[in-house]
This record gives sequence, structure tokens and C-alpha cells, in this order.
Amino acid sequence: MIYVIWGIIFVLGIWIISTYNALTALRLRVQNAWRQTEVQLKRRYDLIPNLVETVKGYMQYEQDTLQKVIEARSQAMGSKGVKEAAEAANLLNQSLGKIFALMENYPELKANKNVLDLQEELTTTENQIAFARQYYNDLVTQYNTKQQVFPSNMLAGFFGFNPSELFEVAEADKALPRVNLSLTR
Amino acid sequence: MTIFIVFFLFIGVAMDYLYFDAFTPAGPVFPVATIFSLSFAAFSTLTAYYGGSDIILSSLGAEKLNLQIPEHRELHNIVTEMVLAAGAAMPRIYVIFDPAPNALATGTNEKNAAICVTSGLLTLLDREETQGVVAHEISHIRNEDVLLMTLVSILLGGIAILADWARRGFYSSRTGRQLSRKNPLVFVPLLILIALSPLIARLLAMAVSRQREYLADAGSAQYTRNPGALARALEKIRDAAMPFHKATRGTAHLFIVNPLRRRVDESDSKLADLLASHPPIARRIHLLYQMAGMPQKFMQPSGVLAH
Repeated sequence: MIYVIWGIIFVLGIWIISTYNALTALRLRVQNAWRQTEVQLKRRYDLIPNLVETVKGYMQYEQDTLQKVIEARSQAMGSKGVKEAAEAANLLNQSLGKIFALMENYPELKANKNVLDLQEELTTTENQIAFARQYYNDLVTQYNTKQQVFPSNMLAGFFGFNPSELFEVAEADKALPRVNLSLTR
Repeated sequence: MTIFIVFFLFIGVAMDYLYFDAFTPAGPVFPVATIFSLSFAAFSTLTAYYGGSDIILSSLGAEKLNLQIPEHRELHNIVTEMVLAAGAAMPRIYVIFDPAPNALATGTNEKNAAICVTSGLLTLLDREETQGVVAHEISHIRNEDVLLMTLVSILLGGIAILADWARRGFYSSRTGRQLSRKNPLVFVPLLILIALSPLIARLLAMAVSRQREYLADAGSAQYTRNPGALARALEKIRDAAMPFHKATRGTAHLFIVNPLRRRVDESDSKLADLLASHPPIARRIHLLYQMAGMPQKFMQPSGVLAH
């Protein structure tokens, strides 16, 4: 009889350790994925002044739009935490999208090699943000699910694991396809 | 993996039994051939593990990226995107200057993996399609297929060499005399098995390789959320129909589509299924379009749609 009790305690102990470790590993991976996303967001902040400088000369009549992008950028750079960063990024997406749409009206922009290079850089940065966000959200979903399903939810509450925030995309942005600025060769 | 080691062990033991009279009082103290074949297996596995990817890359004439070229820079960016989507480590990137569109991944683990595409692929495919192909290769790396396939290709070669050696031994007169003293019910099936073992090993390897291709296609869809792009890429690669001459049978299964383009790959029969290193390309395209939820009219007319 005593062996049975020891056996149960042993199995329980193993389960507690493995669940705790799985949750901790997931939490660390979520944090890492968020840092990756931040790196990409920062890269975009660095690229925007370049873009504005390059297209400024051509887009004489769109100074307002360019100004808005600059403002959205500085607002986004000051944001803290997942939720705020997501909101600022959405705002930035909208104003950047406007510039990209306007650039279509200037054929001479497409002939400029600097602009072409910059377009590829921005395309990949946009995509990298999108993919980093996708990976982050996948991990967060996995982490939050693990915290809420039985039986690991009992341990998650006990050890104080909290659900992480998803990097949400605004509705308007979701409707747009992923940016693809590369010109057909 | 284990099954290949078992094959080596089996060939060794069978040869000991048949040719060296081992496991009898009159035979040698050690099962010579068993030990030889196992050390042969260990040696080739270690070679594959430590130098396999470099051997493969240099045999294909792969070159490092030149970031001055816009297309190469774009490839570098695409790989970075897919690495982020998969949460993987950045692989080394190589380009082969060849008009045949193809791509492969090699290496032993995520840290030292390499992705290699041909310049033909870069010119043929647009950005989204290249992304699908790169995601397929990253998926191979994430699933640890690269190690498996690199080891399998080396071990396959090893089994073929050993079996060949065993078959030749059979013709010498001394073994002929020894065999006559043994029970034919034991040695006849053993000989047949030795003769067939390269074929069986090959069938196993090909089965593994095919399953892995489907898995990597699914992984690509997971990373890009855009299975239609990979399907379009496969269609374009198939229609380009250019064999890639630098690839050999040993490296064929590493590529995204069979670079040798033997005719069996095009059909969808059971026999072709058994012998091919890659699943029928039409079937892969069909499955990818299914994942994308595309209507039937986008699919190419081919035998797959009949059932």
C-alpha cells in the first residue's frame, strides 16, 4: 500500500515539474519573440526618414502625408508594451500605406535606383514585421492555451503565470494584402 | 535511422556466417565481417555528420551570396523573413549559377544549416513564390530533415558497397565449398536478402524522403500562410522542365523537386510511388491548392484529379 502512495506522489511530482518547465519555456520563448518583433519595428523606424528624404523631392504636393508619417513614427517610437506598440504600429501602417499608394502616381520614382532599393528594404521590413508578429502571436496563443486548459490551469494559477497579450492588427490593415512593392522583372 | 544500422549489422552477420564459419567452434574468434561493416557504418556516418553539407555544396558548385546583386539581396531578405516566421536560426545562403530552377537545404542541425537555390529559380519566380520555396527549405531544417537526409544518402551508399562486396565473395571457390556444408534452407534466403538489401534500403529511404516532402510543404504553408504561392512556384518549376545536371542520385532527394526528372515521377501509379525520391509534383500542387481553399479551375489538368 505504501508503495502505491509513493508511486502516486512520484508521478504527481514529475507532472508538476514538467508542466512548470513547459510553461516557463513558453514564457521565455514569448518574451524572445516579442524582442524579435521589436527589433523589426525599430528597423522600420530607422528606414522611414530615408524613405521620406528620398521621395520628398518628387512628391511636392504630398507634404502633409509625409508629415503624418513622421509624426506616426515618433509616436510609435515612444510606445511601451505590447498593446500600445500594436496601436502605434497600426497607425504607422495606415500612413505608410498611403505613401505607397501615392508613389504609384509618380513614374519617375520607379526609375530611381535608390527608391527601388528602398522599396525592397521596406517590403522586407514590412514582411518581417508581419512574420515576426505571426510567430509571436502563435507562441502567445500556445502559452495562453496551456494556462487555461485542464489540468495545467491548476498549476498556472498556483505559480502565477499570466496570459500574454496578442499583437492585434487593426481591421483596416487586415483587409490589405501583404505589401509587395517589388516590380515585375 | 536505426533501421539502416540494422541493415549494416545484418549484412555483416550474414557474411560472417556464410564465408568465415563464425559462430562455430572452428571459426575465427571475432565475427570479422560484422565488426568491419559496423565500423564502416560508423565511419561513413561520422564523415556525413562532420563534412556532409560542405561536400554536397561544393559538389554542386554552390557560391556564397553577393549582396551587391539586387536579386541576391532580395533572397537574403526573404530568408530573413522566413527565419522570423519559423523562429529558426539564420542559415547560410548559397546560390548555384544554373538555369534549372531548384533549391535544397543541407546541414546537420539548425545552427550550421545551409539553404541553396539556383539562379534560375530567382529569375523564374516572383517574390511570393520564392518565399514559399524558401519556407519549404526552412521547414526541412526545422523538422531536422536535413540531418536525416544527409545521413541517409551516405548510409545508402555504404550499404550498396557492402552488399556488392558480399555478393562477389560468393563466386570464389573456397566459399562454394564452405556453403555446401551448410543448410541450404538457411543460406539461400540469406544470399537473396544480401542481394536485395540495397534495393530494400533504397525503398525505405525514398519512402522517408517522400513523407518529408509533404511535411515540408505543409510547414511552408504554416510559415507563409500562403500555400497558393508555393503551388504556383511548383507549377512554374514543373513547366520549366529543366533537368539539373550537377545533381546526382545521391543528392537528388535533397532538392525541392527531383532534379533528375526521371519519367516515373510524372505519373501517379503505385510503382512510381515506391521508387521516386519525391512525391508526384501534381499531387503536391493539388494538396497545396486544397490548403489554400482554391477552386478546382486553378488546378492543372493531370491524372491526380481523376480520383
